[in-house]
Amino acid sequence: MNEILRVEGLSKTFQLSRKQQKIERTERKQIVAVDELSFTANKGEIFGLLGPNGAGKTTTLRMLATLIVPQKGDAFIDGCSIVSQPEQVRAKIGFLTSELKLEDFFTPNYLFDFFSQLHGVDEATMKERKERMFNRFGINKFAEVKVANLSTGMKQKLSLVISLVHDPEVIIFDEPTNGLDVLTARTVTDYLQELRAEGKTIILSTHIFSLVEKLCDRVGVIIDGRMTACGTLDEVRGGMTMEDRFFEMYKEVKGGEE
Amino acid sequence: MKSNTLTIIKKEFARFFGDRQMLFTAVLLPGLLIYIMYSLMGSGMRKMATEGANEQVTLCVENLPVSVAPIVDGIPAVKVSQQTVSQEDIDKLQDKALDVVLVRFPESFDEMVATYDPQSGTAAPNVEIYYNSANNASSRVYHMLEGALSAYEDQLSNRFDINRADSVEAQFDMANQDDVLGNILSKLIPMLILMMLFSGVMAIAPSAIAGEKERGTIATLLVTPLKRNELALGKVVSLSGIALLSGISSFIGIALSLPRMIQADAEGVELGLNYTFSDYIVILITILASVLIMASAISLLSAIAKDVKSAGTMIMPFMLVVMICGLMPMFQNSTPENLAVYLIPFYNSIQVMTATFAHEMKWMPVIITLVANVVYTGIAVWGLTRMFNSEKIMFSK
Repeated sequence: MNEILRVEGLSKTFQLSRKQQKIERTERKQIVAVDELSFTANKGEIFGLLGPNGAGKTTTLRMLATLIVPQKGDAFIDGCSIVSQPEQVRAKIGFLTSELKLEDFFTPNYLFDFFSQLHGVDEATMKERKERMFNRFGINKFAEVKVANLSTGMKQKLSLVISLVHDPEVIIFDEPTNGLDVLTARTVTDYLQELRAEGKTIILSTHIFSLVEKLCDRVGVIIDGRMTACGTLDEVRGGMTMEDRFFEMYKEVKGGEE
Repeated sequence: MKSNTLTIIKKEFARFFGDRQMLFTAVLLPGLLIYIMYSLMGSGMRKMATEGANEQVTLCVENLPVSVAPIVDGIPAVKVSQQTVSQEDIDKLQDKALDVVLVRFPESFDEMVATYDPQSGTAAPNVEIYYNSANNASSRVYHMLEGALSAYEDQLSNRFDINRADSVEAQFDMANQDDVLGNILSKLIPMLILMMLFSGVMAIAPSAIAGEKERGTIATLLVTPLKRNELALGKVVSLSGIALLSGISSFIGIALSLPRMIQADAEGVELGLNYTFSDYIVILITILASVLIMASAISLLSAIAKDVKSAGTMIMPFMLVVMICGLMPMFQNSTPENLAVYLIPFYNSIQVMTATFAHEMKWMPVIITLVANVVYTGIAVWGLTRMFNSEKIMFSK
């Protein structure tokens, strides 16, 4: 097993504004989103971060993508630190969430070239890759249609393609099937398996148990910003379904509280 | 790595030039609007000046003295009618029922004038002229009559002259045509240029930065290996470039319409604007330096703002400050000597442009202005880089 991602004691707290304190009905000035999180992922596997909403999954992935900086700890992607070498990290990863949008004004063709240039992809590779990816996802028919005029499903496929223009070794995917129609969701999960077959590493977050069982080789369960369990899918499940095992763990962590 | 900045600049230009509506509102419209507005103002002023010049006005005169008769006859486009001016006529004039000028001389005006002693302390003979200042023709006749009578009065008691033009070449105002026009331009144009540049930047910067934040497209850029300072520099340079185009368009609008406006003001004045090549270079450099600092300052504000709308709100006070800087030359006689003031952004550009238009350009302030603005732009780009790096600013909702 070839370790490609190592997360060491990653922590992140957010300051709460007065307004947020009121909404959350709390006196606390800050909220701990991720608390001393550590895990590793190996090359060529799909690693799933499973947890309820607000558990800290998205925050963790954003830290890995160098969009936000951890208060404590570090993570190394293919040997590069997310804290001290953010540019190198960004060159190695493809990050995809529904929050990353593409400019409505441009066409898929233009955007693919633009992001390829930012990633320093040479012209020939870019052309070859564009043709292959556009064919794979059926974007070629819409290559010259402005993003604004694309269907939601097509936009999502384009976002996926754009995040992979540089053929990254590590793909970080926040809630890959959220908000996708069933057809697009299927295309995406199929593609993730294809990527794994090519030897890519995929880190994804989800709260959907079936997705974890279908895709993931290894899984980490996050509750309240802490890693509750981490291991291969079978180790974590311990003979139960993922869903049953998760609620068992959830009860253990939360105890009597609701 | 410089190529990333170039990629960003190319994208911004592609965005801008690919959007006809944006191109129209930010580049074509300012110049066109200024040209149309100033031309209309100019022709309006000219129309007002010439209107009524040929309109026939009836001049009703009571007790027209022999000495004044040739003067009255000399006023063009007037029909003189000698008659008694009654209170009824004056009322009619007030009610706008009559389109005339009424003049009432005292009886035996000539004798009274001849025998009047200014030392005596008694009231001088009085000529009453009733007119309607709202009516151009009536007003014109009044002013000509009043002028002619004053001249006649001067002539009666002539003891000395001031600035008598004995020949056509006689000239007493030693300011040449250039200075006069330069003075008008120097107070007016710098502010106009600054405002035009400002509105140009304002039309594009908020949507290019706050807009990208709002739409979530900037995050997509931030997950590429692109360095934050490359993004900041790319944004500022491209926005400056576009704003400069907008500024040039405004400038052309001013240049084309100004002659029409000035002509309207002083009929017959030739536009002899003798600016040297270096004057033009200085203006261009100053415009460039102002645009850079404007684009970076507005970009900074747009980056802090969470969406385009709040960016607009945040920019308003800033715009007021720039406008006040622009108004400064109106309240001063000459550009400041103290070189330190050229370190103040916007104020320095205004002063340099004012001096240049007034034919008083000196190199030191120009250089200080240029260097100061480039340094400030550098600081702003650095600040923008910090903001692109700040998760609080980029990702807070």
